[in-house]
Amino acid sequence: MQNNDHGHTHDEPEVHAPSPDEPPPASEWEFLEKALSELLVETGVIEEADVQRMMNFTESRNPALGAKVVARAWTDSGFRDRLLCDARKTLREEMEIDVGTIAELEAVENTDKLHHVVVCTLCSCYPRNLLGTPPAWYKSREYRSRAVREPRIVLKEFGTVLPSDVSIRVLDSTADLRYLVIPKRPGGTEGWPADRLEALVSRDSMIGTALASDPDSK
Amino acid sequence: MTDKFSPAGTRGIHDVGGLDFGAIDRSEHPLTTFERRVDALTMLMIGPLGVFRADALRRAIEAYNEADYVNLTYYEKWVRALRILLVEQGVLTDEQIDARIAALREKAGGVQP
Repeated sequence: MQNNDHGHTHDEPEVHAPSPDEPPPASEWEFLEKALSELLVETGVIEEADVQRMMNFTESRNPALGAKVVARAWTDSGFRDRLLCDARKTLREEMEIDVGTIAELEAVENTDKLHHVVVCTLCSCYPRNLLGTPPAWYKSREYRSRAVREPRIVLKEFGTVLPSDVSIRVLDSTADLRYLVIPKRPGGTEGWPADRLEALVSRDSMIGTALASDPDSK
Repeated sequence: MTDKFSPAGTRGIHDVGGLDFGAIDRSEHPLTTFERRVDALTMLMIGPLGVFRADALRRAIEAYNEADYVNLTYYEKWVRALRILLVEQGVLTDEQIDARIAALREKAGGVQP
């Protein structure tokens, strides 16, 4: 099977051949994973190399990639406007990032008066084709339940205290629609090149539980 | 808080928005090999192969009973859903899967985890 959904090439993966030293499955669920993997390969649904290729793809999507998108939006207002209007098309055409067919991606911008924070109350939907897999807390019932109920308090627990005149908009993701937060560009970064700005953009700032870092900290 | 899962079942086990499950554990760990493999297998089925959609994965997990939903880890829930959906879609059969698990256990020295 060719992994051509994402329209890009990978270096040939190192095929993970089962080695005699490999520890045997340790739990019911590890046995199940191994059984399903072997059967899917034997029946020709996938090749073992596809699994490694997909793991490599997922790891190539990470917060550093998201930070590049944010820094570009901060330094190129035309790009920012197009990103806010149509994230999929803009990322594909201007940054060669394919966000895949699993879900739509919408970019939202934090401002002096409005702060966005993203949650998935029903499960764990996340812009994984840009940021990679979500952190454990994002998938927890504690975050999912409370983010929509008391976002200001939850943000405070993350160390993010917003002035009372900043409104908070909580975005509840779905299987079909994921969000990327463009954090507010910190003051004191005028004239900074994009690659220097990227260092200020954390994963959590693109979820909305943090702000972009203070330039003095870098 | 006073609201909780409705005894009448109008609120699903997964439908936690607006409830209060208390303090958020923000500790993080890199995914294990098991977790990365389950993630990749699932994404292969949803993405390039289109065996099922992300919504189907969610639906399978939402049907778990409360004990499983709460006690299984995230990727344990996924791998169980993967099995359910592969059987549902006619890609594999329960008999095939059970036989393979038994063979793997035998090979591992008959350890019953």
